[in-house]
Amino acid sequence: MSRTASARAQRFNIGDRVRIDSRPSAGHCRSPSYLRGQEGTVTAIHGRFRNPEQLAYMKPGLPEVTLYKVRLQQTHIWQEYAGFSGDEIEVDIYEHWLLPAGHA
Amino acid sequence: MTERFNSLRAGSDGRSVHDVGGLAFGPIDREEHDLALWEKRVDAMMRALGSPTKRAFTVDAMRRMIESYSEQQYDATDYYEKWVRALRNLLLEQEIFTAAELDAKIDNVRAAFIAEGRGASHEAVPHDTGKGVAP
Repeated sequence: MSRTASARAQRFNIGDRVRIDSRPSAGHCRSPSYLRGQEGTVTAIHGRFRNPEQLAYMKPGLPEVTLYKVRLQQTHIWQEYAGFSGDEIEVDIYEHWLLPAGHA
Repeated sequence: MTERFNSLRAGSDGRSVHDVGGLAFGPIDREEHDLALWEKRVDAMMRALGSPTKRAFTVDAMRRMIESYSEQQYDATDYYEKWVRALRNLLLEQEIFTAAELDAKIDNVRAAFIAEGRGASHEAVPHDTGKGVAP
């Protein structure tokens, strides 16, 4: 990866509130359905990786896409959540599946 | 190259067959299970073939293959059955070997088993009877 590419600004930063897109997917996809449409907070930026949705079909998966760690509240995801009210889930989501929070 | 998209799970609002988080499947079995020898071999083959030096396929392609199984197939097969089917399908898809070559090899191995009196059948899977052996 060139210095220019590695320095490319990612769309979101740590602490940003984001929404996981709720669009459907036809092929291999790393965004689980039960989290689509849910909102959370970016807690880490893992770096840029080849797109698994393309790699799954033996394509190069380029350009690389930024992968984020997103933290969500369990009580927001499950209506009848029976665990502790502060329980969280952290999930790795690629940038093209994230929108700013509040986005329809 | 055959490109198969994910199969959808009936009545799940467009979810792929594997994407069952939050659906009603009952409690999760949290018990650890001893692995059969064939399961360890499938695991080793998958990792060897996907390794940076071999690159016969990507882990993402393996996921895609498993996610293309029909709902019936997906639910009726266990973890390493899904893997071994994906292994076979990917090696055929990537033209590492042909279906005829695979069939011939299976026939050879079966004949060798029978010659050794090991009672191979279509269903027989060598089982590791040693409990608690480190992987």
